[in-house]
Amino acid sequence: MSEVLRAAGVSRVLPGPAPVTLVRDIELSIRRGEFVSIQGPSGSGKSSLLYLLGLLDAPSSGRIWLDGIDTATLDDDQLAAARLAKLGFVFQFHFLLAEFSVLDNVLLPMDRLGRLPPPARRERAEALLAGLGLGDYLHRTPDRLSGGQRQRVAIARALANEPLVVLADEPPGNLDSAAGAVVRELLSEIAHRDGRAVVAVTHDPAFARTGDRVIHLIDGRITRDG
Amino acid sequence: MSMLGIVLGVAFFLAISALMRGSEADFIQRMIDSAPHITVSDEYRHPPRQPAQLHFADAALTLHGLEPKTETRGIRGYKQKLEWIAALPGVRVAPVLTGQAIITSAGRERGVTMNGVVPRLMRGVSDIDDKMVEGTLEDLAANPNGIIIGRKLAEKLFLRRGDNLTLAAPSGLVRTLKIIGLFETGANAIDEGHAYVLLKRAQTMLGRHDRANRLVLQLDDPYRARTVAAQIEARVGYRAQSWQEASENILSVLFVRNVIMYTVVSAILVVASFGIFNVISTVVLEKRRDIAILKSMGFRARDLRRIFLAQGLVIGGLGSLAGCLAGLGLMRILAGIQIRPPGMSQAINLPVYWGADQLAIAAGFALLSAVAAAWLPARKAGAVHPVDILRGGMA
Ligand SMILES: Nc1ncnc2c1ncn2[C@@H]1O[C@H](COP(=O)(O)OP(=O)(O)O)[C@@H](O)[C@H]1O
Ligand SMILES: [Mg+2]
Repeated sequence: MSEVLRAAGVSRVLPGPAPVTLVRDIELSIRRGEFVSIQGPSGSGKSSLLYLLGLLDAPSSGRIWLDGIDTATLDDDQLAAARLAKLGFVFQFHFLLAEFSVLDNVLLPMDRLGRLPPPARRERAEALLAGLGLGDYLHRTPDRLSGGQRQRVAIARALANEPLVVLADEPPGNLDSAAGAVVRELLSEIAHRDGRAVVAVTHDPAFARTGDRVIHLIDGRITRDG
Repeated sequence: MSMLGIVLGVAFFLAISALMRGSEADFIQRMIDSAPHITVSDEYRHPPRQPAQLHFADAALTLHGLEPKTETRGIRGYKQKLEWIAALPGVRVAPVLTGQAIITSAGRERGVTMNGVVPRLMRGVSDIDDKMVEGTLEDLAANPNGIIIGRKLAEKLFLRRGDNLTLAAPSGLVRTLKIIGLFETGANAIDEGHAYVLLKRAQTMLGRHDRANRLVLQLDDPYRARTVAAQIEARVGYRAQSWQEASENILSVLFVRNVIMYTVVSAILVVASFGIFNVISTVVLEKRRDIAILKSMGFRARDLRRIFLAQGLVIGGLGSLAGCLAGLGLMRILAGIQIRPPGMSQAINLPVYWGADQLAIAAGFALLSAVAAAWLPARKAGAVHPVDILRGGMA
């Protein structure tokens, strides 16, 4: 079975005097090597769904399994450990650590995980960055990079611990279309060549064409999946 | 900036503590050096029961107007007692007979405390020999009609070494004595009001043959004074007072002073830790985005807490270091200041205690308050929810 991520009956309601439903009744199964894109109008709950799938937020009802494990059974530290070892995030805004060099940004999750010995970590980080065309910028801080370069650093960081699933929130959202094409191509490679699952929120129609599968979301519900 | 509070706290702590402990040690040292470690006096701790009490122990009637039978002043059989005490290990002892007398010279009169001493023994229990500016205590032994007075007193009476003066005792006995030595302790009350003669001379002048009214002891280890005093008192019956007992009031004042000092300095450090609290809170607030990134990446709450606690520790550590250096500088300056305490004739340097233990206390306390100050913001950092930040979309 190559299913890595599965959601069953997942809803997320923000409690309060006027409860806000972010997503409702999500049924979803994502397999290895799949490139899934989530589309929908602004405010339809795409980011909210991604946070749930990324174990950053907990469902109000329903269940999410990551790599066969029911995430409801995990405590905060175990959730953190699962994010560290099995998930990689690429956010809408690049969210790199401004005071760290490009190399250190990529090393950070590897250092935290500690699976590889330090020299191997460095080797892998350098290889990842070189593969993304950033070999010459290892020691720069993110503020001295272009938007597209920062996006690629974020991708390298997401891949650092060889995650099962890469989650991207509107990756080319703030890029020109040429850079967007590069990112799109990269994510597709990550899925098809490396065999990871990639879930990317986007409203770029080109993405929809590249993806194996497009999930449409309206008002927090999946209206189409395929 | 936040470090400044710690630096000041540590520096002031060191300066104040060095002075307080220095003056305390100096005070105790002076006391140990110049005052007897134990004084056996011609008193009883519990006055003996009066014959009237013994006879009518359970009387319902109280008799008033009875003259209590007082002990003849002076320690009875002091020589045997002296011998027994002198045989104790690490103990030196000397007999003293003290009484009031009047010195007359060229029509001027001064009341003095006359101390009859045995020079050979007195040298072992008192630093008076070191305070001699002319002559020595030992000169008394060769001059039964000699007297040693303070230089201050000699100046007031226009006398010098080799001059004669007249000493009158309350008994009416008058002797002409020759000044064979002068001393100066720096304490005006002693330099103007004390005189030393041979014990034998004092005994005849005061009409107390074979009596001494004090046995004065010095110990090799002054801090055994309480134990040895109790031992002596149990044996000889007379009151034996250790220097600690004699200066209990002063020692308790020193204790209160220490409590006040540590309170003041703690207050400085508490203020300093508010500074650290502010800085780290601000940093946590500014770094919410970075905290969210790290948490989404898989850093645990406790990893983030640790980062900010470490930051508090660094501020506290660097602050302590700078504070220790500044404090040592202050201590150097203080050690160079000269003061003239009231009642003393010579200026002395401010006594400064240089012990490394107070550096450790100051730094330890500063580190502790820095970590305590970092604790709340660090907890806050650990509790950041990445989704709250991500939704905000702060670019
Ligand atoms: N903290 C919140 N309080 C109230 N409403 C919220 C909150 N967060 C998100 N929403 C709302 O939930 C809906 C889904 O948001 P989101 O998942 O960001 O949508 P998308 O990513 O598709 O634009 C939106 O209508 C948004 O306004
Ligand atoms: Mg969104």
